[in-house]
Amino acid sequence: MEFIILILAGVLFATAIYNLLQKQLLRLVIGSVLLSHGAHLFILTMGELKRGNPPILTDGVNDYSDPLPQALILTSIVISFGITSLLLVLAYRAANENNTDNMEQLRGNDNE
Amino acid sequence: MSNFAVLPIIIPLIAGIILAFFPKKLTLVRTLSKIFMIGNLAVVSYIAWNVFHHGSVILETGGWTAPYGIILIADELSILLILTTNIVAAACAFYAPYSLSDRKEQFYFYSFFFFLISGVSGAFLTGDLFNMFVFFEVLLMSSYALIVLGGDKVQLRESVKYVFINLFSSMLFVTAIAFIYGALGTVNMAQIAQRVQEVDQQGILTTVGILLFFVFATKAALFPLYYWMPNSYAVPNPVISALFGALLTKVGIYAIIRVFSLIFVHETELTHEVFIWIAGLSMLFGIFGALSTNNIKLIIAYNIIPAIGFILMGLGVFNQDALSGSIYYLVHDMLIKTSLFLLAGTIAYAAGTSDLRKFSGLIHYYPFLGWMLFVSAFVLAGIPPFSGFIGKLLLLKGALAGEEIAIVIIALLSSLLILYSVVKIFIKGFWGEKDESFKPKSIKGRTAPIVVLLALSIFMGIGAEFIYPTIESISAYLLDPENYINAVMKE
Repeated sequence: MEFIILILAGVLFATAIYNLLQKQLLRLVIGSVLLSHGAHLFILTMGELKRGNPPILTDGVNDYSDPLPQALILTSIVISFGITSLLLVLAYRAANENNTDNMEQLRGNDNE
Repeated sequence: MSNFAVLPIIIPLIAGIILAFFPKKLTLVRTLSKIFMIGNLAVVSYIAWNVFHHGSVILETGGWTAPYGIILIADELSILLILTTNIVAAACAFYAPYSLSDRKEQFYFYSFFFFLISGVSGAFLTGDLFNMFVFFEVLLMSSYALIVLGGDKVQLRESVKYVFINLFSSMLFVTAIAFIYGALGTVNMAQIAQRVQEVDQQGILTTVGILLFFVFATKAALFPLYYWMPNSYAVPNPVISALFGALLTKVGIYAIIRVFSLIFVHETELTHEVFIWIAGLSMLFGIFGALSTNNIKLIIAYNIIPAIGFILMGLGVFNQDALSGSIYYLVHDMLIKTSLFLLAGTIAYAAGTSDLRKFSGLIHYYPFLGWMLFVSAFVLAGIPPFSGFIGKLLLLKGALAGEEIAIVIIALLSSLLILYSVVKIFIKGFWGEKDESFKPKSIKGRTAPIVVLLALSIFMGIGAEFIYPTIESISAYLLDPENYINAVMKE
């Protein structure tokens, strides 16, 4: 189970990097979303994937799920959700103001 | 007393929320933000006094003891940096009304300003790696809002890049934390340090350490990860540039110092040796950038990179003198970079342009401004008796003791070039014939915050006797990770 999820996270990272290296602004946004998904899956896997175990440690129960990674992911998901929505607005405005969504033309020049 | 550790985070947070309720009433907002800033500065000074006299203030939130709960730890290093942060921020709060247009102020400038300070203080205070990520996000979120404030074409263009690079490094940060959690089963920095020590920092842990270094180096704008920084720091309003230049990159370098003096200290020939080279290259490339441009804001923004290089150099050498130098230089640089950014903003306002080729002879109209710039150039470059000199002296003394001759030569060379790059503004912009057609604008009120910051940095140089013992005790504390671990774990 962990192995499959790790490969999935790897695939997400790879597609994210591919998208981040593109020139179109929207693709960059998609790339950053995929990257955060990859990272979140990765945290989940680090806490061991188990089904049906309680996330608490009581006397006599040796088999329990680790609740911490889930708390970490929740925080991280909220943050990346917020940033993604901000990023979409920002990308929209930047593309509108500069009349292009091509990163090549958004490079900028020191001497303007 | 332990509850005091949370105040530097809570006070700006509450201030930001309160100010968000009536953004249009500018007189009230300005007055309130100044009052909050001074109040926060007073509280932080009180905590700092306590920390320096009675040792670290540690708060275990919710009463959960150390490795299980979230802890906030105000030790000497973090409280010193928070104190400096608040001084810098107070100067910016007093400068802001003159520099920002009413419209920009109405669009929640002061709220984001306080959230930024809250995030910076949190990043300095936290003793938990994941919380450090969260506070990084708090300060980055407010910086995203601040950098785009005004919504010019150029600003939008640069802020897109700024958001992307920071988002990318934040996600790598999360990945690195996942690695650490998977390998060591904890995110508490003291416990991580303890466990890394137990297993002698095996290969995988050094790799994770380098991944973390990559993350923080992106935020701190070190070679070769600085390319996003100069342009995006030069485009916003000067007061926002000053905040970014003084605080954001310094949070990154603080995180590097903390992690590589506490956690990954067992393979110094692998990690810290690399730092020295990165530091040298940052100094050279940063100063080349500063020399290559005629835009005064860009010159100052590029000057951040060599400064970060100097701070990293002390960590790379990793002995008592060098580390003291790093911390001294860190505090010195926060003060002087703010005053330089504010000065550059004032000059650009007075001259009507930030292009050095388009104005000269300002000294006839603004003699005081000119001489302030001249003194700041000397402070920045480290001419005795100013504060940069003490920092550099300690760094070079440490590097010589560590037999790192190459870095000493690079550091001395780049110091000279730093002096030239800033004095260039003075020579080209202030010298020259009096331009009779020039109509001087009033810069009243803008100079006061700069004078205070400059006076403080000069005091740091001349009054080094008073400050040095504190810095020395901080570096001694950092050199032995046991101090931090014992303070947190209470063994």
